[in-house]
Amino acid sequence: MLKILKYSFYDLMRSRWSYVYFVFYLVLGFVLLFLNNNVSKAVITLMNVIIILVPLIGTIFGVMYYYNSKEFTGLLLAQPIKRSLIFLGQYLGVALSLSMSLIIGLGIPFILYGIFRSDAIWDFSLLLITGTFLTLIFTALSFNIALSNENRIKGFGYAILLWLFMAVIYDGIFLMSLMIFEDYPLDTFSLTATMFNPIDLSRVLILLKLDISALMGYTGALFQKFFGTNFGMFLSIGILILWVVIPAWFIERKANRKDF
Amino acid sequence: MLAGKSVPAKTIEVCKKCTYSEIGKAVEAANDYDTVLVRKGTYKEVNILIDKPLVLKGENYPVIDGELKGEIITITSDDVTVDGLFIINVGTSYTVDYAAVRVIKSKNFLIQNLVLEKLFFGIYLEKSENGRVYHNNIIGDAEEEYNSGNGIQLWYSKNIEIEQNIISHVRDGIYLEFADDCIIKNNISSNNVRYGLHFMFSNNDIYSNNTFENNGAGVAVMFSKEIKMYNNVFRDNWGSAAYGMLLKEINDSEIMGNTFQENTVGINIEGSNRITYSNNDFIRNGWAIKSRGACYANLFTENNFLYNSFDLSYNSKLNDNKFEKNYWSNYAGYDLDKDGIGDVPYRPVKLFSYVVNRTPEAIILLRSLFTDIIDFSEKVSPVFTPDNLLDIQPKMKQIVHDRN
Repeated sequence: MLKILKYSFYDLMRSRWSYVYFVFYLVLGFVLLFLNNNVSKAVITLMNVIIILVPLIGTIFGVMYYYNSKEFTGLLLAQPIKRSLIFLGQYLGVALSLSMSLIIGLGIPFILYGIFRSDAIWDFSLLLITGTFLTLIFTALSFNIALSNENRIKGFGYAILLWLFMAVIYDGIFLMSLMIFEDYPLDTFSLTATMFNPIDLSRVLILLKLDISALMGYTGALFQKFFGTNFGMFLSIGILILWVVIPAWFIERKANRKDF
Repeated sequence: MLAGKSVPAKTIEVCKKCTYSEIGKAVEAANDYDTVLVRKGTYKEVNILIDKPLVLKGENYPVIDGELKGEIITITSDDVTVDGLFIINVGTSYTVDYAAVRVIKSKNFLIQNLVLEKLFFGIYLEKSENGRVYHNNIIGDAEEEYNSGNGIQLWYSKNIEIEQNIISHVRDGIYLEFADDCIIKNNISSNNVRYGLHFMFSNNDIYSNNTFENNGAGVAVMFSKEIKMYNNVFRDNWGSAAYGMLLKEINDSEIMGNTFQENTVGINIEGSNRITYSNNDFIRNGWAIKSRGACYANLFTENNFLYNSFDLSYNSKLNDNKFEKNYWSNYAGYDLDKDGIGDVPYRPVKLFSYVVNRTPEAIILLRSLFTDIIDFSEKVSPVFTPDNLLDIQPKMKQIVHDRN
C-alpha cells in the first residue's frame, strides 16, 4: 500500500493541479494578511474560507483523480496486489498531497507574518487540523461516489451535489427544523444534527475558539457542558476521526466487491 | 474629618501590654478628637461602637477577629476616621446584615487602608453623607447569593467617594441603593457572585476608570437617572444571564470611553431613554448590544464594534435610536470619495440575530454559509429587522479614542 501511496503522491506532486492549489492558498494567505494586517483577524476570515472551500476542492479532486487514473488502476488490478490496498493507497495519496498543499500553502505566509509570536497560534493550528480533516473526509466520500458510478458525468454531478448538500442545504433544513419545533427542547437535537455533518462539526470546533462568549449565552445544560468544558473539543475531534474511518472503510468494502 | 488637629488631642495606645488591651475599651475611654492607635497583634472583639469623633488607626495592620460573632465596628458619630486595620471573620446572619464596618447617620468620615476577609457585609454606609472610602481590599469567600453580603454597600447615602478599592468574591462588589451624588473611581471589582457594581434608585452618580471582571452577572444599573459612566472596563462576564452592563430603566445618562471585552452580552438595554453612548470599544463580545425594547432617543456615536459575534440585537421592528459614525469591523462597504466615511450605510442587525432571539438553539449555526446567505438577502431587502436601523455614516477606520 505504501508503494501505491507513494506513487499516487508523487504523481500528484508532479501534476499541475496540486501546484495550482498550493499557489492558491499561498496567495490567499498573503492577501488576507496584507489586507487585514492582523494575524488573528486573518485567521477568522480564513476559517470561513476553509470550511467551504476545502470540502469542495477535496470532493472535485478526489473524483477527478479516480476517473483519470482509471486505466492505471486497471493495470494495477492485474497485478498480484490486494484490491483494498490499491484504492486506499490512491485515496491516501490524494488526500495527503491536498493536505500538504493546504498546510504548506497557508503555513508559509503566516510564518512569515510571525504566527509563532502571536497568540493566534492555537487558532491557526486548529484551522489547519480541521482543514486536514475536511480534506480526508471529503476525498474519501468522493472516492466512494466515483467507485459506485462508472459514468463520469454522473459521478461529478453527485460529488458537487454532496458538497452543496453538506455546505448549504443541510444547514437550511437544520435551521428550518429548529424553527418549526422551537417549542420543544432542542439542544440534544441540535448537537446531534451537528455531528452528522463534518462541515458543521468543523465549524463548531472553530466556534469554540472564536465565539465562546456568544455560545455561553444559551441556557441548556447540555450546551453548557459541550461548550463550557473540553468535552466539546474532544467529542468533535473524535467524531471527525469517525468521519474519516467510516468512509475509508466503505472504500475498501466497495473496492473488494466491485466487478471491474 | 481632620478637624481634630485644631483641638489638643491625645493618642491612646492599644496593645497587649498597654493600659488598654482591648480596642473597645480604648474607644470608650477616648475623648472627642483623640486618636486610638492600635499596635500590631490580634484582637478578638466584636461590636466596637464609635460614637464620638475619633481616629482609629492601626499600626502594621493589627488583626481584629470577630470570630463569626457579629458586627465589628459601628460608627454613629461625625468626623470619624478608620485606618489600617485587618478585619476578619464577620458573623453571618439571615436576619441581621452584619458588617465589618458600618456607618450610621454620620458625616465626614474616612475609611481607608482596611483589609477585610471572611466577611458578610464589608463596609456598610447607611444614611450617611460626605464620606470617603479609600484604598480598601475586600476579599470575601461567597459562593451562593442567599448567604453572602456585599463588599461596599450604600443605602440612602449622599456625596460619598469610593476610590481605589479592590473587591472580590462577595455577592455584589459595590451596591448602591438610594445613593445620590457619589463618585466611584479606580476600583477593581472581580470574581463576585452576582454583580461587580449594582445601582438601584441612585441618581447623579459618576463612575469612572473602574474595572469589572469575571463577575457572575457583570454590572447592573437600574432605575436611576443622570449617571455618568466613563472609561470603565467590563471584561469576561460569561453566562446566560451575564452582561458587561445591564441597563434597566436608566434615563438621561452618558456612557463614554468604556471598554466591553469578551462578555456574553456587552450592554443589555431595557427601557432606557436619552442615553449617549460614545467612544466605547466593544471587542469580541457575543452580543455587543442587546436591546430588549422600550428604548427611545438613544444615540450611539463614535464607538468601535470589533469582531463581535453579533453587533446588535433587537427584538422589535421599531427603532427610535440613532447610530452614527461608528466603526464596525463587519462593515464591507467602500469609500469612493475618501472622506473616511463609508458610502453605503451599515445595517448592524442581522437576520440571524433575529432568528437566534426566537430559537436560541440556532446559535449553533453561527458563521455557517447558510446564515451568511440569509443575512445577505435580509441586508438587500429588510423584512424582519427594523428598516430604518442603520448607520448612515459608518467609519472606514477604527476610531482612536482620546481617554484620560
